[in-house]
Amino acid sequence: MSWLVRLLSVASKETRQLLRDRVTFGLIVGIPAMQIVLFGYAINFDVRDIDAVVLDQSRSSLSRRIVADLSATQVMNIAWQADSEAELAWRMRRGDARIGVVIAQDVERRLADGSRAAVQIITDGGQPSLQNVAQGLAALPVLSRRGAGRPGPGVVELRTEYNPGKRTAVQVVPALVGTILNITMVIFTAGAIVRERERGNLELLITTPVSRGELMAGKLLPYIAIGLVQTTLILVLGHWLFSVPIAGSLVQLYLGALLFIAATLALGLFISTVARTQFQAFQLAFMTMLPSILMSGFVFPFEGMPVPAQWIAQVLPLTHFVEIVRGIVLRGAELADMRAEVAKLAVFFAVMLTASVLRFHKRLD
Amino acid sequence: MTAIIARGLVRRFGEVVAVAGIDLDVPAAEIYGFLGPNGSGKSTAFRMICGLLLPTEGSVTVLGHDARREPEKVRRRIGYMTQRFSLWEDLTVRENLDFMCRVFGLSRRDTRARIARWMREYRLEDLERRFAGTLSGGQKQRLALAAATLHGPDLLLLDEPTSAVDPQSRRDFWEKLFDLVAGGTTILVSTHYMDEAERCHRVAILDRGHMAAEGPPRQLARDIDAVVLEVECRDLPAARRRLAGERWISSVAQLGNRLHMLAARDEPQPLERLRALLDADCPDVLVERVVANLEDVFVAATGRRAVPPAPAQEAAA
Repeated sequence: MSWLVRLLSVASKETRQLLRDRVTFGLIVGIPAMQIVLFGYAINFDVRDIDAVVLDQSRSSLSRRIVADLSATQVMNIAWQADSEAELAWRMRRGDARIGVVIAQDVERRLADGSRAAVQIITDGGQPSLQNVAQGLAALPVLSRRGAGRPGPGVVELRTEYNPGKRTAVQVVPALVGTILNITMVIFTAGAIVRERERGNLELLITTPVSRGELMAGKLLPYIAIGLVQTTLILVLGHWLFSVPIAGSLVQLYLGALLFIAATLALGLFISTVARTQFQAFQLAFMTMLPSILMSGFVFPFEGMPVPAQWIAQVLPLTHFVEIVRGIVLRGAELADMRAEVAKLAVFFAVMLTASVLRFHKRLD
Repeated sequence: MTAIIARGLVRRFGEVVAVAGIDLDVPAAEIYGFLGPNGSGKSTAFRMICGLLLPTEGSVTVLGHDARREPEKVRRRIGYMTQRFSLWEDLTVRENLDFMCRVFGLSRRDTRARIARWMREYRLEDLERRFAGTLSGGQKQRLALAAATLHGPDLLLLDEPTSAVDPQSRRDFWEKLFDLVAGGTTILVSTHYMDEAERCHRVAILDRGHMAAEGPPRQLARDIDAVVLEVECRDLPAARRRLAGERWISSVAQLGNRLHMLAARDEPQPLERLRALLDADCPDVLVERVVANLEDVFVAATGRRAVPPAPAQEAAA
């Protein structure tokens, strides 16, 4: 148990120092509060190749033509064919598809009639800019031509799920949990080891029996607590200022956040073992931060990026967490629905922590 | 018992050779001094002994353990006081001591008892709640020594421990070291102060990574490979100029109104020769032979004066 004593000694030392550093302590609360106000608005961009799920109840030549025309726009990519409304809903909740297309069984008659919608396009309101896309699709000639000249509702009905009010805050706030955690966690830990090195403490610390793993874990522990405090703060502020509802379970949300916090802390720690000075550490931290914010799907839709950029985004923990947090908060999904994202975060954490422990030697050379 | 045994110890940093083949035998329960100017390899040798640096060549055995293969076993039994103050300046005196006790595995009760005792012994009682960063040089040094000895190490490594403290603190510090040695602790201390080196049981004189001389200070002074002379006269600059070309005199330094010099040992009549040489410029010349001190040993062994202690720190690596 002496390892636990050493680990906790390091953790409590780190906490003490942290609480005494007023600026850092202020940032713990200040960064989330400031960002949540700043990111009140987001920008919409056009997108292409959005995965879509189609439920063709008509299975007629006309319905196939509609699907072909929708597909030809290149805006959406028909990735799934659903057999029932339940399956379509399931696909969307899992995040397999961002757009759902439902073609009514009597599509031909409805198109001719014009009083009721013949095709329904369902979009994920948690995603900015999908609204515009769906509206573009609804105006396609194949759909509008037949109903031309007749007043009344359009042939296509547009329904926005998960964020019926289409409010930006609802799109932004959940993802903001990830973005803010990403910034603070990486910055805090990036300095953790380097600071001790710069101040000369490390030379003493590594002549004590504290092992590499104990040192690393002890350094991470206080920041995990801080991360959870920040998560709470953002959710409370988001709920209070922007009335963002939380559809899924809080336990699931915190579990997901915990995993993401661990992953970003490990990244910061790794930076800390690479950099020789605090300045270098912060440079490196910023280097990982901007791509995370811009490429994770937080601001710009993931689907709109070129393929190589999507690969890079796959490596960033924020990409997966944005997916998870939007899933839980907006769509009421569970972690079990997003196993791939959870697994990627876990792998990222394991790799980074291992790399940090391996890189850090209890030596000065 | 020998606390530290080193054989053929070499450490290179790229092209630079910091330690160039040192053999070392440090007897237990003694104070062993490393004397040398900045850059002579003192800190590098220290760091290899406590496992912070791997030797490029050679071996080090500390308290019976190979420092390269069993660094953790070595670490549990040594106390290391770094050249630069390395406790946490944003923690209080008590918090620093508490942390050190805990990482060395002392129980809560032992920690409390030991800190109370150490506070008394190292006169830290009034400073208990002060942040370490606000302490004076002497106070920091007491705290650092207290922290390095909390776990009762068998070997204490002190890397230039007195470079930032006043003479009274230095004297107190050395009293403390002798107390520790009386209790059986082995102490390895590096310094560039001659008077400190003279307090050691044995010293090793390091020069550009080599060991230039080694032994008890008195014996080194007695066995010095030179004759130490001092000259007193009215016109010292003239005398200095006169001596400049003399090959049998290796080193001349002015001490107040005297010239202190080393002369070749094989010179049969150094006093007479010196008097004759200076008679023309200084008719009042007084020449005498004096006992060598450690600085003379250093000069004789290395061929140069010890660099006066500089406030700047030795290069970190």
